[in-house]
Amino acid sequence: MSQVNRLSSGGRIDRDTSLEFTFNGRRMVGHVGDTVASALLANGVRIVGRSFKYHRPRGIVAAGSEEPNALLQLGTGGRTLPNQQATRVELFDGLVADSVNCWPGPDFDLMSGIGLFHRLTPAGFYYKTFMWPASFWKYYEHVIRRAAGLGRAPTEPDPDHYDRMNTHCDVLVVGAGPAGLSAALAAARAGARVILVDDQAEHGGSLLSTRRDINSGQALDWVAAASEEIAASNAVTVLRRTTAFGYYDHNFVGLFEQRSQILSDGGDVSRQRIWRVRAKHVITATGSFERPLIFADNDRPGVMLAGGVRAYVNRYGVTPGRKICVFTNNDDAYRTALDLHDAGVAVPAIIDVRDDPIRDLPTEAMERGIDIIDASAVTGVNGARGVKSIEVMQLNAAGDGVTGQARTIECDVVCSSGGWNPAIHLHSHSGGKAVFDTERGIFVPGAAVQPSHSAGAAAGIFDLAGCLRDGTSTGKAAAANAGFKNASRRKVPDTDTEDEGPMRLLWSVPTTAPIGRRGKHFLDQAHDVTAADVQMAAREGYTSIEHAKRYTTLGMAPDQGKTGNIPGMAILGQALGVDNVGDVGTTTFRPPFTPVTLGALAGRDIGPLMDPVRMTPIHHWHELAGCKWEDVGQWKRPWYYPKSGETMQGAVNRECLVVRNAVGIMDASTLGKIDIQGPDAAEFLNRIYTNAWLKLKPGSCRYGLMLGEDGMIMDDGVTTRLADDHFLMTTTTGNAASVLEWLEEWLQTEWPELKVFCTSVSEHWANVTICGPRARNLLAEFTDDIALDSKSFPFMSYREGTVGGVSARVYRISFTGELSYEINVPASYALNIWTALMNAGEKYGITPYGTETMHVLRAEKGYIIAGQETDGTTTPDDLGMDWIVSKNKDFIGRRSLSRDDNMRNDRKQLVGLLPTDPDKVIPEGNQITETRLEIPPRGTRIAMIGHVTSSYYSANLGRSFALALIKDGRGRMGDQVYMPTPNGIIAAEITGPIFIDLDGERQDG
Amino acid sequence: MQKYSIFSLIKNALAYHEGWEKVWRSPEPKSEYDVVIIGGGGHGLATAFYLAKEHGITNVAVIEKGWLGGGNTGRNTTIIRSNYLWDESAAMYEKSLQLYEGLSQELNFNIMLSQRGVLNLAHNLSDLREIERRVSANRLNGIDSEILNTQEIKEFVPIINDSPNSRYPVLGGSLQRRAGTARHDAVAWGFARGADTRGVDIIQQCEVTGIRQSRGKVTGVETTKGLIKAKKVGVVVAGHSSMLADMAGFRLPVNSYPLQALVSEPVKPVLDTVVMSNTVHVYVSQSDKGEMVLGAGIDGAHGYTQRGSLHVIEGQLGALCELFPIFSRLRMMRQWGGIVDTCPDASPIVGKTPIGGLFINCGWGTGGFKGTPGSGWAFAHTLATGEPHELNAPFNLDRFTTGALIDEHGAAAVAH
Repeated sequence: MSQVNRLSSGGRIDRDTSLEFTFNGRRMVGHVGDTVASALLANGVRIVGRSFKYHRPRGIVAAGSEEPNALLQLGTGGRTLPNQQATRVELFDGLVADSVNCWPGPDFDLMSGIGLFHRLTPAGFYYKTFMWPASFWKYYEHVIRRAAGLGRAPTEPDPDHYDRMNTHCDVLVVGAGPAGLSAALAAARAGARVILVDDQAEHGGSLLSTRRDINSGQALDWVAAASEEIAASNAVTVLRRTTAFGYYDHNFVGLFEQRSQILSDGGDVSRQRIWRVRAKHVITATGSFERPLIFADNDRPGVMLAGGVRAYVNRYGVTPGRKICVFTNNDDAYRTALDLHDAGVAVPAIIDVRDDPIRDLPTEAMERGIDIIDASAVTGVNGARGVKSIEVMQLNAAGDGVTGQARTIECDVVCSSGGWNPAIHLHSHSGGKAVFDTERGIFVPGAAVQPSHSAGAAAGIFDLAGCLRDGTSTGKAAAANAGFKNASRRKVPDTDTEDEGPMRLLWSVPTTAPIGRRGKHFLDQAHDVTAADVQMAAREGYTSIEHAKRYTTLGMAPDQGKTGNIPGMAILGQALGVDNVGDVGTTTFRPPFTPVTLGALAGRDIGPLMDPVRMTPIHHWHELAGCKWEDVGQWKRPWYYPKSGETMQGAVNRECLVVRNAVGIMDASTLGKIDIQGPDAAEFLNRIYTNAWLKLKPGSCRYGLMLGEDGMIMDDGVTTRLADDHFLMTTTTGNAASVLEWLEEWLQTEWPELKVFCTSVSEHWANVTICGPRARNLLAEFTDDIALDSKSFPFMSYREGTVGGVSARVYRISFTGELSYEINVPASYALNIWTALMNAGEKYGITPYGTETMHVLRAEKGYIIAGQETDGTTTPDDLGMDWIVSKNKDFIGRRSLSRDDNMRNDRKQLVGLLPTDPDKVIPEGNQITETRLEIPPRGTRIAMIGHVTSSYYSANLGRSFALALIKDGRGRMGDQVYMPTPNGIIAAEITGPIFIDLDGERQDG
Repeated sequence: MQKYSIFSLIKNALAYHEGWEKVWRSPEPKSEYDVVIIGGGGHGLATAFYLAKEHGITNVAVIEKGWLGGGNTGRNTTIIRSNYLWDESAAMYEKSLQLYEGLSQELNFNIMLSQRGVLNLAHNLSDLREIERRVSANRLNGIDSEILNTQEIKEFVPIINDSPNSRYPVLGGSLQRRAGTARHDAVAWGFARGADTRGVDIIQQCEVTGIRQSRGKVTGVETTKGLIKAKKVGVVVAGHSSMLADMAGFRLPVNSYPLQALVSEPVKPVLDTVVMSNTVHVYVSQSDKGEMVLGAGIDGAHGYTQRGSLHVIEGQLGALCELFPIFSRLRMMRQWGGIVDTCPDASPIVGKTPIGGLFINCGWGTGGFKGTPGSGWAFAHTLATGEPHELNAPFNLDRFTTGALIDEHGAAAVAH
């Protein structure tokens, strides 16, 4: 097919450069400068897709982001993109474009059979049916789901990447049309740092699509000069192909930049970028959207917006048809007729709903011999697969009926204009209200609620001279607002002026039968919502605009109702007998202005960077040793170190035996470490922890529990007094950050009088722990300035000295019950020390052990893990740890401990469990019952008395064991309890929670 | 009430759908009611419906400051499930789910309950333990719940990223097959229509400005449409509960935060269940229209503005793209926020207040929608009898004094 609708001249396309593409498999040609939509129109394509619900044939309506119909699937495979507005995609060579939501294609669509039932499927029909039989909804729904949706999601992971930029500016100008350019110029001339954003590849906005003069030359020459001056200014950032998609609190605006060609491999260039801009002042010069006239069968391919047609003729050198009628309620649409006529396209008639329009533009049209049919309306469109002719009748004075004989006018396109409405979306995002200007029949932005201005058409100023003036003064004001008061005194450019008459509001165009009885008056073509649907919603009592919107789904499609929302509101108002559309209320425009790629919003925070992986300085050694990893918070910790052919249980058994019988080595560097200093440090800890801290001697360590205000255990760890005013607190690996936040919250908001400073040193100190009866012998080889005998260096104390030539902090604390030294060295020395200890320990059979072995060993001793034996509902007493709760001082959570519920004696208490079958390991987390019962059938309950918190096989015990929280557990010693699982019931006996070394004799080695 | 069915649809189609009755009336308030319910959201309307249906109390007004169903009922991600950890929560949400299961027929309004299952993912050993504990509790509470391993999850959700090398690999998950989604607006509208039919006055665009009391007992509410007397008043105003309590002169342990949600553009079906992950903070389902409906954690700062911060959404989308790499090229079509009332134990308050005759139902946090029918059912009982039902008795306000908390943080975490 050749470009049958390409005009012989004109347009801002490069006619020397042809681009080949396919549409539904048909090969076509367009030019650089085309959008996919303009290229399709040039190639004579009328039907671009089928509608969402009725599968009616649909064509291109508009030329911008308000396009409801032309949603295409672009490309294939991993780069495919669904639902792309053809009007917003720049054409490129090799593009593959297909229609969505139709099969086999838009010209012949088998799904169109659904349309036959259109009478049965008005707004909200699904709320009224599909209820019988009740169990069948899932089948009905299956069919509905298959029929809904538009394009197809990609089937492969996204091969492209995205990024984000953060920036600040004095003045952010959104829109580079006449008002936006003027504003940016004025602000830049005043010296402000300006960001100028426009969603098109070239500046000019509406001027790209019109023939206007500025300063007695072509408007686009002025645009080029202005653009050049702005670009030359140092303080200005110009972003093209960039949409301001959301205006958030504190003058934060999100921008969405298209960086590489839409489907191509951008190589090193990110495909799209999110700019997060914090501006001192924002100018929204976003222009306006044309409102369609809502007439019968206004969705036929060939029914378009007058402004859209004008853009195709002037900007792209394309005519959407050969005979184009214009249907309008205002003067502006006459420009479309004039431009078409001057381009050699026949304009059989202009149908104007107003009586006797006589200002400049109608006069010009008359001078060119165009037939103006005034006080009339289009009452019908003939041609189901594309406009063949229209019916025109006289409109009565009230605008609610038609009279006389219908006149049929042959044409292949009819374009309508119901006037223009400011694009107030960003103003609305910012929290601003929309105000209905009853005189002009438009919604204008109300008072700004953040430092911002609307300018030009976005503020309701539609004449070109006014836009230039308003843009300039707004730009100066914004710059002044941001502190740049030296505004340029240069003159605002002159422009041609045309005297325009007022429009006549006509929200729905009457036809020979009441609305809904003859033809369909579409409001929202993307969702197939008609005027009759909105009237039906009103009749049924969905009278709030939000109810009507949700009931009919008006404005909820990808175009978000840019054309249909306002007529829809007005029609709702009429149905309710509300005169002033403003009283119907507006629905809130929500971000984004146009859809934004999810991947772009995620930016680089995906894959490994989704949450940075934290690794200890010994990480790579573990990796070479073939360890399995466990994710603990952001950290990677060695889980266990299987030898070749060894099972996990085998490895853990081996590691456990070595630690209890010789010596094991563990990388405990991930433990949270908080350095706490200041004269009040001891007092601070005394308030944070449940036990006493004031008298702890420097060089000593103490275990502490911290509670929340509800008295429940938050975290635990050993804290060491390094000096009178200096402590090192350790926390669990996963809670390090939240504990530091907790400390800071209390210091900063409750106890500002305490002189204490907290610093995270988790990553500064690595912790190499050697553990087992041979640990002392091993460490002795590495230090000569720390006496290691139990008297000189007792349990729960700490010494500074040299280990392997490195100054180290050695803590004698133990999480296994064995003799244990936690050797802390600056992180960069850790690998050296680790390797040296491994080598020297070979003679003792040293083995590295991971978190699993650590967990088994500590559970054998009945030591808890915060977050495993506790769950935010566990008090110290529940764990049998009342010994650590001071009776003599206050601490966080103390009062809560005396609440009734926390004093109950049937609370869940920590106990041990020994399964009857010593080889059976109970699943961790399993619930516990008092009597032997299988899992009940659904709907029947059986009582639970607790749950298993930790459960392992112990090589040292030669059997399985578990820890559990059981109601009144300490009062049930020796009782049998049961764990129902899908694989049968496991029985166990309740015991104390300590299984090895009840008297704690092993910790001295 | 005009019955909805395929037959009434055909009949009305022949009359160009001009014969449909109003779904509810728009009455002016009477001077006095037996019960006044403040808040015309899902919970308030459900309360009114069950007051009328279960207790025969129909001299009831529901007072709504805006439009009914316009708060969190119309802003949530429509997830319904009952696989809660604690007995008290499980009983409440299971009651709710059971009511949901017959609700379309009961209300004669298709709420499109879509029991496509809810899958909660585990990404680390601690998650697996929590899931084992919760599923075990669910089973013993008679609630359907099962554990899936990575391979079973991949079969159930073929588009999920099951790579062991992903940042937080999917190690397993729990699945409640009876869980799923429902059409949120339809729930509000169906309850409103059902309540209205039974004589309840639903008064929209009427804001409560004061709570009248005498000798420690409520006597009525002052509104923008005048004084409305009632000896029993129920406050069901998620998002503004602490403000209403303040008006009545007592305090609630409630914090209000924005919770954001968003939808993608509609595409053909690719996701046939609800997937939730607390560890990476995202949940997603595909609506019948084809949109991905996405939610995440609450914003960090308090607020009443029904809008949130962009970075919260950015964070959740990083997690989404990691779990579902094919969603990266889809686009966000619309985003919004609601205001959730959160209690210190992440469980609601449904019961008495210090003021006689004044009852409160609040603090549902991020889990209110799934609780709607159960909450209304139990609150109706409380209003009718003056005493809580055993279902909501544990959810009393006193628990913040006694310490008998129902801490759902551990198992419910962010995505409630």
